[in-house]
Amino acid sequence: MRNLRCSCLFLLAGIALHFLPATPALAGLRAEESKPRKEEAASLQFPVPPPPFTPGIFPCSECHKEIKPNTARRVLKDEHTGIVLNHAQGQRWCLDCHDTANRDKLRLVSGEKISFSESYRLCGQCHGDKFRDWKVGVHGQRSGEWNGKKSYLLCAHCHNPHDPRFKPLSPMPPPVRPEDVR
Amino acid sequence: MSDKEARDKRILRLSRRKALKGLAAGIGALALPAKDSPASVWEAFFQKNFRELGKEDLQKVLARLEKEYSAQFGKAVKVKATPPVEGVLFGYALDLSRCIGCRRCVYGCVRENNQSRDPQIHWIRVLQLNKEKGVYLEEAEHYYNPAKVPEPGRFYMPVQCHQCKNPPCTKVCPVQATWTEKDGIVVVDYNWCIGCRYCMAACPYGARHFNWKKAGLPAADLNTDTHYLGNRPRPVGVVEKCTFCIQRVREPSGRYTACVEVCPVGARKFGNLLDPDSEIRYIIENKRVFIFKEDLNTQPKFYYFYAT
Repeated sequence: MRNLRCSCLFLLAGIALHFLPATPALAGLRAEESKPRKEEAASLQFPVPPPPFTPGIFPCSECHKEIKPNTARRVLKDEHTGIVLNHAQGQRWCLDCHDTANRDKLRLVSGEKISFSESYRLCGQCHGDKFRDWKVGVHGQRSGEWNGKKSYLLCAHCHNPHDPRFKPLSPMPPPVRPEDVR
Repeated sequence: MSDKEARDKRILRLSRRKALKGLAAGIGALALPAKDSPASVWEAFFQKNFRELGKEDLQKVLARLEKEYSAQFGKAVKVKATPPVEGVLFGYALDLSRCIGCRRCVYGCVRENNQSRDPQIHWIRVLQLNKEKGVYLEEAEHYYNPAKVPEPGRFYMPVQCHQCKNPPCTKVCPVQATWTEKDGIVVVDYNWCIGCRYCMAACPYGARHFNWKKAGLPAADLNTDTHYLGNRPRPVGVVEKCTFCIQRVREPSGRYTACVEVCPVGARKFGNLLDPDSEIRYIIENKRVFIFKEDLNTQPKFYYFYAT
């Protein structure tokens, strides 16, 4: 009887020891790890200006509702000839990002349809590191107030989605050389 | 009384008369400019150092300057003296992997901070460097002017005031006309500066600039939102420098600095070093950061980093 009580006590103590110190410490660690930064809003909504469409091109369904979707991979010959895909060409084509059924939407890999004003989610599927930096305001231009409201730009405001490399600019004039100062 | 004694007395009396005459003329000459020039000249002359000004004195000084500038430029000019905010220490980061050397920041800064257009004063200098050599200043070029930037094989490094925590420039000032504010901004009291340019010699970043001539600043280009320690029009013979756009960032709704706003590639980042959620802290904690001329122990609050 005494033996049993003893082992019971030991068992209880063991269980208590197992849980007591471990739980708070672990919980603390986890809380620290998963503590979301203020910038990373719970929802994936970021204040952005309207997407930079070519004038008159949106809504796409204006033309596309008449056209039966052709899902065959091909180079477009009749329309959109101005778009030259220079963005991992050969690995993707139009309908990998543009939704087949609803041309006014973009399509994620998961099949979720998103609007053009959320296109950063589409870009972020491959460019996760840039997406992460963009969310905290490190990649790209973020304007507004350093201590208040901030507004973002869509990836497409600086990078043409079909040809994303940032285009060279002409520089502003160099400073006057001291010998030219009068 | 002998003849000699009488002569000596006369000579003495004459010389005293001369002295009195001279004194009267001198006082008259001193009083003359006060008659035509406004009283503000005297007020400016006897103005105390900014840090010794009481609340009422400061208001008087600001009002006087506003009046002066408004008359000079023909439009209403606001001169603020917004104090630093508690719990704020400004920091700046610049992404060397993004900067393309387009100099938009240089001219954005000139517009915002009322620098002289002619003779030209730029608070930001963009260095063009060789990718193979890295930050090798002997081959740095800041007069580059190709048709398009960036050029292959080059990278660009804008340099401006680093707002050091241990600033060599403020230590050498013989009249304490320059100092570090509570929020980390190194400022100049243009009314106290005597123009000795010791600070320019002391600064290892070439961030201080001297007003050799009257500022060539057209009234149409004047930014009328000014700060006493920042972008108010500067007189001849004083030193000026970047103030992290003190007139913008100290406001309750603190706008980003002009260079941050204008950068087309978003290479410039600004924020509060004491706020763990600010982008500047994210950069310092997560990116490869380097400090320019770190060996000089100036402890800048301006960091260069590589986002990629």
